[in-house]
Amino acid sequence: MIIALLSDIHANIGALEACLAHARAQGAERFVFLGDFVGYGADPQSVVELVEHYCAQGAVAVKGNHDEAVEKNASYMNRPAQAAIDWARGTLNAPQQRFLAALPLLVRDNDMCFVHASADFPQRWNYVDSASAARKSTDAAQTTYSFCGHMHEQQLYFQTADRKMVPFRPIPGTWIPVRRHRRWLAIVGSVGQPSGGSTSAAYTIFDRDREQITFFRVPYDHLWAAARIREAGLPESLAYRFEAGA
Amino acid sequence: MGDIYRVSGTPVGFPVIMKVPRLGDEQSIEGLLAFETEVMILPTLSGAHFPRFVRAGDVTENPYLVLEWLDGRSVASILESGPIPPPEAVRVGAGIADALQSLHLQDTIHFDLKPDNAIVRPDGRVCLIDFGLAHHARYPDLLAEERRFTAGSTPYVSPEQVLRSRSDPRSDLFALGVVLYEMTTGKLPFGIPASMAGLRDRLWLDPVPPRVWKAGIPPWLQEIILRCLEPMPANRYQSAAHVAFDLRNPSQVMLTARANKSRQSGLFAQAGRWWRAQSVSPVMHRLPRALIKRAPVILAAVDTTHPDDERHPALRGVIAQLLTLSAEFRLICVSIIRGGPGVESISDSKGMVSAQVDHMVRLRHWVEPLQLPAQRLSLHVLEAANPADALVNFARQNHVDLIVVGAPGPEQEALAWWRSVASGVTANAHCSVHVVRVPEAARATR
Repeated sequence: MIIALLSDIHANIGALEACLAHARAQGAERFVFLGDFVGYGADPQSVVELVEHYCAQGAVAVKGNHDEAVEKNASYMNRPAQAAIDWARGTLNAPQQRFLAALPLLVRDNDMCFVHASADFPQRWNYVDSASAARKSTDAAQTTYSFCGHMHEQQLYFQTADRKMVPFRPIPGTWIPVRRHRRWLAIVGSVGQPSGGSTSAAYTIFDRDREQITFFRVPYDHLWAAARIREAGLPESLAYRFEAGA
Repeated sequence: MGDIYRVSGTPVGFPVIMKVPRLGDEQSIEGLLAFETEVMILPTLSGAHFPRFVRAGDVTENPYLVLEWLDGRSVASILESGPIPPPEAVRVGAGIADALQSLHLQDTIHFDLKPDNAIVRPDGRVCLIDFGLAHHARYPDLLAEERRFTAGSTPYVSPEQVLRSRSDPRSDLFALGVVLYEMTTGKLPFGIPASMAGLRDRLWLDPVPPRVWKAGIPPWLQEIILRCLEPMPANRYQSAAHVAFDLRNPSQVMLTARANKSRQSGLFAQAGRWWRAQSVSPVMHRLPRALIKRAPVILAAVDTTHPDDERHPALRGVIAQLLTLSAEFRLICVSIIRGGPGVESISDSKGMVSAQVDHMVRLRHWVEPLQLPAQRLSLHVLEAANPADALVNFARQNHVDLIVVGAPGPEQEALAWWRSVASGVTANAHCSVHVVRVPEAARATR
């Protein structure tokens, strides 16, 4: 079973379509969306529509903090992020808003756990940004494999003999063996709001039978995504982030 | 840490062995981790310097590893009867350096190079075995955070390995220095330390110069060995290719104070090194290949038969530009003169020697404007019937990263492109080729 894991799409339809096409070319049979479908970008409606379409065919989707902010105001967000949430709220129709509100926070499937942020109190949206945070999340997940987003940079944590988690920064496109006698936590990268000085979209493929994982970076027309943000009248800083890959 | 069996009757077409980690004893965690690491890395390695991977069993349920059995003798067994003569040690050392260069280019560091792990094949090639402590930069390093894990074999580990660094390919060059020292002198430069404090000695202690033990070791070889054994990686060779080149081209080795050193540093110098060693912390490197590529070997093909050719300034200009991109390069200038089998000798043997010298002088004159320090440069006049083949072979033997060659000149312009030296080199080189053409506007009117 080849599983594509996509997170932090942030209303960027061009990036999502590019990653889905890339994943299908890699032989992906199953799709998992790890939250934050809206926010920052200009196309929340087409993104939610596409994700709903995949979910109707068996894909898994969990809720992110930006999705939650559509239903209840998040006071912690900065002004441009809040503007994008307001835009999403005004753009999404009622059934789409209900779809987002009804998403689960965490899904376990056999030896895999899918969650937007840390599996340890997922509703608190804690970042998995250290070895100890990764350990908390894996301990709470109780599964061999954990997959999350929220952090936009791709990262793979693996468990040592004394149960510590150790970070590894993957090199895109390399098949990495992830044997099931250890626990692993993958931060799959952001589709719609990539970081790390590159403008290309990020997502991850997990081959469960072969026990292998690959982190990908996929180029897409990020200038068009920036133009869409300006067309929508969203804050200039959001458009600039696409162009800089920051 | 495990048992090894010969396996017969397999359908793979070459002899194989099976490695099985020993379970249940107190070393079993280390043994299993080393096993897991080798099973992860070995299948990714390609080339003539490593045993071929055949199959592996699941780490937890049925751990075994089947790989190619290599015919040949380990360096350890060669050294059983004591040190070997310098020429043989140099051949084996260059073979190990070839293998290390191939390994490092595959983003892998061995970290456990020692005489037991280097096999000299009947054809003289050296193969490396046992990747249980190795590091592959594209995979998670399962050993990096295991506190109880030993760094390697104590006589051979580099100072930075002692400080728990696991990302510097130059660590393998330190181990190669220890092996070269052992092959030529029969002794270990830092002994066999039994404690952590003893291991840390190599951060500052300089070994007894090899020539103190064996006066027959040439100064250039002592230079190479001691340069490999420098405590700071930045002071060693920057790539295994450079070590291999120096071992095969003694006349091109830049001799420093290391070459004729006749005793260890004095007490005050040692104390100073000890003091500085206290504040050393290893640097993290991302990809071994990227580090090596900062120390490229560039070959310039210079046609000294036509010294007034207008292509020469253009070729030199391109070389000057390329060299600004790296501080650690090595430039090899090669001139091919007619000769070899199938070509009638220009004159008697004495005449040929003077032709060699004549072309060497021209080559030196050609490279002079670049004002390069001697250790960055080497000059060769080769005699060959087919210049393109000679350049391609020489480049392959010396791990050249880039060949810079002129496009067909006025002499060759009447010929079809495929008959030119540039086309032969471009078609058959193992590395990139930069073909330099004189811009049309700049060409002298004919």
